[in-house]
Amino acid sequence: MGRDPAWMRTLQVLLGALLIAWLILPLIPLAIWSFARGWRFPSLLPNQWTLDAWAFAFSSRSGVLESLWTTTLIALAATALSILVGVPAGRALGLHKFRGKQAVELLILAPIIVPGIAVALGIHGVFIALGLTNTLLGVALVHLIPTLPYMTLVMAGIFANYDPAFEDQARSLGASPLQTFRYVALPAIMPGIIVGGLFAFLVSWSQYVLTLLIGGGRVVTLPLLLFNFVSAGRNDVSGAIGMIYILPGILILLLTARHLSGRSGAVGGFGRV
Amino acid sequence: MTHVSIRDLTKTYVGAAQPSVDQLSLEIPSGELTALLGPSGCGKTTTMKMIAGLLEPTSGAIDFDGRSILRERPESRGVVMVFQNYLLFPYMSVADNVGFGLRMRKLPRAEIAARVAEMLALVRLPDLGGRRPADLSGGQQQRVALARALIVRPKVLLLDEPLSNLDAHLRLEMRDLIRSLQKELAITTIFVTHDQEEAVVLADRVALILDGRLRQYDRADLFYKRPRDEAVARFFGGQNFVEGRVAGGAFEGPLGRLDLPSGLADGPGTLTVRPEAIRLGSGPNARAARVIDRIYLGTQTRLKLRVGEVRLEAVVSPDAAEGVEVGQEVAIHLPPQALWVMGEGR
Repeated sequence: MGRDPAWMRTLQVLLGALLIAWLILPLIPLAIWSFARGWRFPSLLPNQWTLDAWAFAFSSRSGVLESLWTTTLIALAATALSILVGVPAGRALGLHKFRGKQAVELLILAPIIVPGIAVALGIHGVFIALGLTNTLLGVALVHLIPTLPYMTLVMAGIFANYDPAFEDQARSLGASPLQTFRYVALPAIMPGIIVGGLFAFLVSWSQYVLTLLIGGGRVVTLPLLLFNFVSAGRNDVSGAIGMIYILPGILILLLTARHLSGRSGAVGGFGRV
Repeated sequence: MTHVSIRDLTKTYVGAAQPSVDQLSLEIPSGELTALLGPSGCGKTTTMKMIAGLLEPTSGAIDFDGRSILRERPESRGVVMVFQNYLLFPYMSVADNVGFGLRMRKLPRAEIAARVAEMLALVRLPDLGGRRPADLSGGQQQRVALARALIVRPKVLLLDEPLSNLDAHLRLEMRDLIRSLQKELAITTIFVTHDQEEAVVLADRVALILDGRLRQYDRADLFYKRPRDEAVARFFGGQNFVEGRVAGGAFEGPLGRLDLPSGLADGPGTLTVRPEAIRLGSGPNARAARVIDRIYLGTQTRLKLRVGEVRLEAVVSPDAAEGVEVGQEVAIHLPPQALWVMGEGR
């Protein structure tokens, strides 16, 4: 850094400021709205300040607390399922060569490329037959469409740097298969599980279309509730719910900024030389 | 003390045309240090993994003291394998690495701590228990890997290329350590290596495997003095091979009549003599040789010679080669006790 010329440093600072502005500025009106009573054009700031919107948001009438619980439950379930499927899948992709591997890699990315609604329409029919529509489980399952690619790709990266000979070594020293997983494999892949899991949680947390389609309006997660208030023109309540809604994302970002920078074990694991 | 008996062991990987290990049979006496020697890819490591239970044999048997172990799982065979790259668990301290096997056996903490300390002292690393493996030198990592294996008191210890990742001066030190520990603990030990020098300096007995098949299984020195065939001799650096026949205690061929050591039966065969056994000057079996090339190697000098139509290579001390010039004719002799004849049925 110290060797960069002055204009380069100026550019870096400017770009950084621009990025922060782009991310933070849209949130400011949201925050202001949540404390406003009447805020009309052309006033720069609301005429009156109030906590009414927050009080309403946390009251049982708004349904915010209930949907916060629903959203958390679904996101946790989707994350757990993503880990259960994504870790073995990532291991297969990261460690083994097999016929059709490239096709599998492409298919795993497909849900990110193909619009989720197209896939979900097909799944909708299947879920109706299985009685999974309008249920929490059904929604959690359908959230796997967007969460699994992230989980699998993160784990494939972890396993690409993982030497399975460590497991042979552990077995040879007297560890059972379960002990080998617990004491040798798990510590090595834990950073990947954490980062992939947080991704999966956030992706599930922000699903709208899939939840609406499979939940049939019965499973009301926070984004669905938020949309109701937005379309009803309740800017103050929308502001308050919006603030609650973005909280996990900010928390996770703060907790994992170090991991996401690419210098940590999340992209390393065993076998890194 | 465990006697290891391997019979007709064969491993063919799925989709492979040739077996990696082909009907290998080997008796490894209790408490001995045996080398499986062969070039890379000859099936040595595959054999070790089958003994350790990390690979399933296609066919054949492995017995410890007469009892088959093939049904036993790797963690209950009493076999510990030390891998070539040591595979120390990177996120555990040295002491935790050494104690790993005992923790898996759920021994009491105090006993584990005591045995770890004892083991670290035995491999002469008493003060490094708190370090991370990444902070150790290659030689130290090797010792930790050895301590981690020995602490569980295995019946059979398997070492994969134990000296090949070490510097020359560390090799001798590690060789002494491995030999003294192995003798002290009397653990039947098998190690694989592609390096004949490593096999010779470390092992009581050497099993040479070429193309997945056992070619010779003997004391180390006999591979030099009494190789079974030309491939074995060549693997051990043999250069000189002369076709001919044994008749009445002498070898008749393109070098004329050469006196042999006693006990060689009459018949056709290939004569071999170690390059370092050929002497300059006169003596029994003397011949005149022309010097074709002279290569100075520091501690020794390699001479390429021609005797009539036969090419020979000799390795002599630089002092003895002093004044020997290319193109010159010199006197050499082939001491009878250094000659050996290989052939069908010998």
